[in-house]
Amino acid sequence: MTETVAAPGLSAGTALARPKVRRARIRGKWPVLVLFLPPALLLFTVFVILPMGEAAWYSFYNWNGYGLPTQWIGWKNYELIFRQGAFRNALVNNGLIILVSICIQVPLALWLATMVTKHIKGATFFRLIFFLPYVLADVAAGMIWRFVYDGEFGLVANIYHMMGLNAPFWLADKNAAFSAVLGVIVWKYFGFHMMLFIAGLQAIDKSVLEAADIDGATGWQKFRQVTLPLLGSTVRLSVFFAVIGSLQLFDMIMPLTGGGPSNSTQTLVTFLYSFGVMRMQVGFGSAVGVVLFVICVTLAFSYKRIFMKND
Amino acid sequence: MTDTATNPIDAAKAQTPGRSLRFGTKAYLYTCLIIFAAVVVIPLVTTALGGFKTLGDLRGNAFGLPSTWMVSNYADILFSQRYWLQMGNSLLIAGLTVFLTLAFAAMAAFTFAHVKFFGSQFLLNYFLIGLMFPAATAILPLFIRIRDLGLLDTYWGVVLPQVAFGLGMSILLFRNYFRSLPTELFDAAFVDGAGYLRFFWHISLPLSRPIIATVGIISFVGSWNSYILPLIMLNSESKYPWPLGIMVYRGEFSTDWQLILAFITLTILPTVIVFFAAQKHIIAGLTAGAVK
Repeated sequence: MTETVAAPGLSAGTALARPKVRRARIRGKWPVLVLFLPPALLLFTVFVILPMGEAAWYSFYNWNGYGLPTQWIGWKNYELIFRQGAFRNALVNNGLIILVSICIQVPLALWLATMVTKHIKGATFFRLIFFLPYVLADVAAGMIWRFVYDGEFGLVANIYHMMGLNAPFWLADKNAAFSAVLGVIVWKYFGFHMMLFIAGLQAIDKSVLEAADIDGATGWQKFRQVTLPLLGSTVRLSVFFAVIGSLQLFDMIMPLTGGGPSNSTQTLVTFLYSFGVMRMQVGFGSAVGVVLFVICVTLAFSYKRIFMKND
Repeated sequence: MTDTATNPIDAAKAQTPGRSLRFGTKAYLYTCLIIFAAVVVIPLVTTALGGFKTLGDLRGNAFGLPSTWMVSNYADILFSQRYWLQMGNSLLIAGLTVFLTLAFAAMAAFTFAHVKFFGSQFLLNYFLIGLMFPAATAILPLFIRIRDLGLLDTYWGVVLPQVAFGLGMSILLFRNYFRSLPTELFDAAFVDGAGYLRFFWHISLPLSRPIIATVGIISFVGSWNSYILPLIMLNSESKYPWPLGIMVYRGEFSTDWQLILAFITLTILPTVIVFFAAQKHIIAGLTAGAVK
């Protein structure tokens, strides 16, 4: 570990001698490099980079985590992953989260952002309220909504009872559970996207909108022709975070459904947890991790390449 | 890569100046806003109220005020050791995480911002790899590493990976901020014979309060709310932070919803209070990482 730190430092002396003579004489360059970089570098290498590399290595073994991995099984773990129905569910669910984010969450956030940036009393208060769920822990939000959806004591149940109907247990119904989860995701995260849009809206030059006013544009025309195109980069950023967030979703699912019923609400990370960690299948779990890593990196890179190259 | 450190998102910022709106428009705006605010607030308020109810009351009257206020639901939790223990654990883990993240990230970012050395760009990019994937991808090898280091079931087993995974973003934020400080400061300090170390300690850090707050808030909230790392690294209940504690509590009192609701309310209460007390900083902090 220390070698990696020392190596770039060693050659630094020669590289620096030329361009700025004055800088080269500043005292304490060596102490800074030797004291300031290693802690971060060491920690990052040991707990982020090496585990990722090890995940790739372990993924080719059948290993329960004790002793050394010896039972090499090639690509078998990966084959197994793609044969699991639960994994396909997880992939579809992650896709659904992204879809709902783009089709419901982002428009909703933008719509609310345009309202709370209007000149009305209490706008700040509404912003705070809308942002509040984002600050709460996913676990707490999941737990609260488990209560809301509870078929006997929850809010949904109470509404059904008021109408004299029998309440459904949405979270226990494998056809309804994931829709219920999607609702919680929107509830929890729309405030964050709204804040992004508020920042975007505040950055728009007011004179452009005034010019549109003078030309007699209606509110909708102004929004469609002026505001929305100027918010392009914010929309792309917002969708980007929805994609990344979907790939990490775990904390909220556990208190809500734990991935059930019959794996209908698994996401990639809950799949990794229930099939890799819970069963101590280190090789298999690592392979899932690698798949998740590849998906993350591919999506992040191609998204940035395709949609955000000018932002 | 616009610099949000100097230009944060501010919820309280004055609204768009403009002519006052027509009554109809206003009525429409308020109706929509109130409906959505209700959707956000009702689950939270009914949770807090539910903690005061009896189970039977909850079944028939989840929305209304409790018919009898069962203060004991809350009192029992507040006088129990487990609640304070979990809060203390969370606070300790978050405190250590914030301290180490700030120290390590600020130091590393300082070298990236000011010290010219071979491979500096390469090393910076190395740290930015950490932004691309969540801790979950490497969770099993991470578990094995922590186990082999003998840190399983210790606070450090949670803190160190949390710090490590926060470094990428934190270094990026610090570095951009350090670079935005006026260069005249350096020239003046260096002419006066200050070295890098003194410059860092006496000039960079004192000027960096806004970014320290931002990074501190991001890592504190992240650690306070984190679930998956403690779930995998900690075994003994006496070390559990509150998100794990809430799950255990629910496991124990599976259908006593009134108790679970009281417990949820008490665990999220600190977050809600701090959020409203310091909303400006928290919103700016949590969105700064996003708009980096």
